Amino acid sequence: MNAEVTTAEAPAAAAAVADAPENDTAPAEERAAGHGAGAAPAPAPKETLLAVEDVSLAFGGVKALQNVSFDIAKGEIRAIIGPNGAGKTSMLNVINGFYHPQEGRIAFKGQLRRRMRPHFAAAQGIARTFQNVALFRGMTTLDNIMTGRALKMRRGILWQALHWGPARREELEHREFVEHVIDFLEIEHIRKTPVGRLPYGLQKRVELGRALAMEPDLLLLDEPMAGMNLEEKEDMSRFIIDVNEQFGTTIALIEHDMGVVMDLSDRVVVLDHGEKIADGTPEEVQADRRVIDAYLGVPND
Amino acid sequence: MLYREAGQFKTSYAADQAIFPIPQDRYMLAGILAIAFGVVPFVLNDYWVNAILLPFLIYALAAIGLNILTGYCGQVSLGTGAFLAVGAYSSYKLMTGFPEMNMLVVFALAGLITAAVGLLFGLPSLRIKGFYLAVATLAAQFFIIWLFYKVPWFFNYNATGQITVPPRDLFGFRLTGPEAVPAVRYLVTLSIVAVLALAAKNMARGHVGRAWMAIRDMDIAAELIGIRPLRTKLLAFAVSSFYIGVAGAMMFAIYLGAAESGETFGIQQSFDVLFMIIIGGLGTVLGGFLGAAFLVLLPIGLEAVLVEGLGLSTNFAEHVKLILLGSLIIFFLIVEPHGLARLWQITKEKLRLWPFPH
Repeated sequence: MNAEVTTAEAPAAAAAVADAPENDTAPAEERAAGHGAGAAPAPAPKETLLAVEDVSLAFGGVKALQNVSFDIAKGEIRAIIGPNGAGKTSMLNVINGFYHPQEGRIAFKGQLRRRMRPHFAAAQGIARTFQNVALFRGMTTLDNIMTGRALKMRRGILWQALHWGPARREELEHREFVEHVIDFLEIEHIRKTPVGRLPYGLQKRVELGRALAMEPDLLLLDEPMAGMNLEEKEDMSRFIIDVNEQFGTTIALIEHDMGVVMDLSDRVVVLDHGEKIADGTPEEVQADRRVIDAYLGVPND
Repeated sequence: MLYREAGQFKTSYAADQAIFPIPQDRYMLAGILAIAFGVVPFVLNDYWVNAILLPFLIYALAAIGLNILTGYCGQVSLGTGAFLAVGAYSSYKLMTGFPEMNMLVVFALAGLITAAVGLLFGLPSLRIKGFYLAVATLAAQFFIIWLFYKVPWFFNYNATGQITVPPRDLFGFRLTGPEAVPAVRYLVTLSIVAVLALAAKNMARGHVGRAWMAIRDMDIAAELIGIRPLRTKLLAFAVSSFYIGVAGAMMFAIYLGAAESGETFGIQQSFDVLFMIIIGGLGTVLGGFLGAAFLVLLPIGLEAVLVEGLGLSTNFAEHVKLILLGSLIIFFLIVEPHGLARLWQITKEKLRLWPFPH
């Protein structure tokens, strides 16, 4: 667990490195293409927000993802789990537009997606937090969360220079929205503190705030609770549930804490060595023999 | 004691987002501006304008420009001298090509031309970062200076290779040339610098400035929240070059009156302006002023003390001045690596509580 946490310093590039070596040993006979795909309907079947079909991603000879298919329904909390090097972060990076899969299709909101840059994914409504905190360290909490509104602020450079009339109104409107996010996450007291000075748990919360400020349709959380103590984990779990319930945001999350995953998520995808080995409700996944073998080791409490 | 925030409550986001949310700061700035506009023009003389006020203001503007690129957006540039030269030469070509053109328009156009050149040399920034980008901008420095030296069209084919400012008026007052009025030169420079400094602060605190800082602090995360790296960096290059171009035009037209590409705008200028923002404080507008003050005023002050105060010979004082200046720079960088602006910020934080320690 720690190996992956520490190696993925630079989220995109290093994740590839962290995932890559272990995939070398992927047993070829264990191809599980399509295993359980489309099966296991969620408690309340809803329309599909994101559909991943037969996605394969390789770095040279290293296969990070092999024929992975799953979908994320609107409004659900979808967990992606798996042992180290299973390709979870690679999967998020593919959804995000950081990596371009060699094969397969991704449809977001029913639209088939072309090769694109990450800022385009942001414009489509996909927000993301990182395994390691990726905040703008030189800026205050408020400014960090305000950057989440970047796509929605349109006044050009000349208006900015004047900072008067429409530009000022725009700034204040977005400030108000950001203040709601700050209230929601209960970080009012650190509004004007540079994020570099904050403790880790609060930094994670600010990062969630920045993603929320984007008002995303799909929120990708890469190990939101890594390195947190119990209390911080409880807080973060509560925030994730609240985001899902209050704003109706669809959430895809990677997490290693099985207790959290099983409690939070509506459906779980299990990856191992770049392949999908199970997909279904937490109960189904927990009972799956292959999952137990690959990951949990013993039946979960 | 005077600097207390107690009892000051903000009731709107607008009040909270003001540049100077604390009234004491506003009064102080108003006081400085009142003296700068209302008192200084009546007491200044030629020496004050040429040796202190103009270089301070113009270098401050150049430093603000470089700070936008380096301090806010994190792109190191060593091409400042070249961009000053582009501003100077374009203002020269505009003044000689269109004698009737208003000087303010000349400065603005010189800035825009420099912005276009800066945009061009900013293109590599998508691919290269850090030291490598610095070296790429160094190429701009040498190439542009060589161009102005080699192509006679830029200095109107005159024999000396120098450019000399033609006399021009602004609103009926003589602004450039030998008969220019010191107070007019000072007031025009001060006004332009004040307006552009305010504009820089406004850009820095709006979403454009946040995008710059996001790119500086973590470009991957910035791209993920929808900030387009190339566009943002190029905008920083353009705005930064605009400021430096205007500074270069004023340096030539108002301050020096004559210039020669390699002599006036060499690599030394690039380093000087870079030192100013490092000493003054990266990523602050105030840092531009403080850094310029440090590097422009301190040598003059030191010389005055050494020659007139201690009675040293001019040659000797010159060397002692260099030694002292160097040691002071090292001292300040060790004591406060984030620059004089940070030092000022700490002072204010302490002042809020003074005379109590906590």
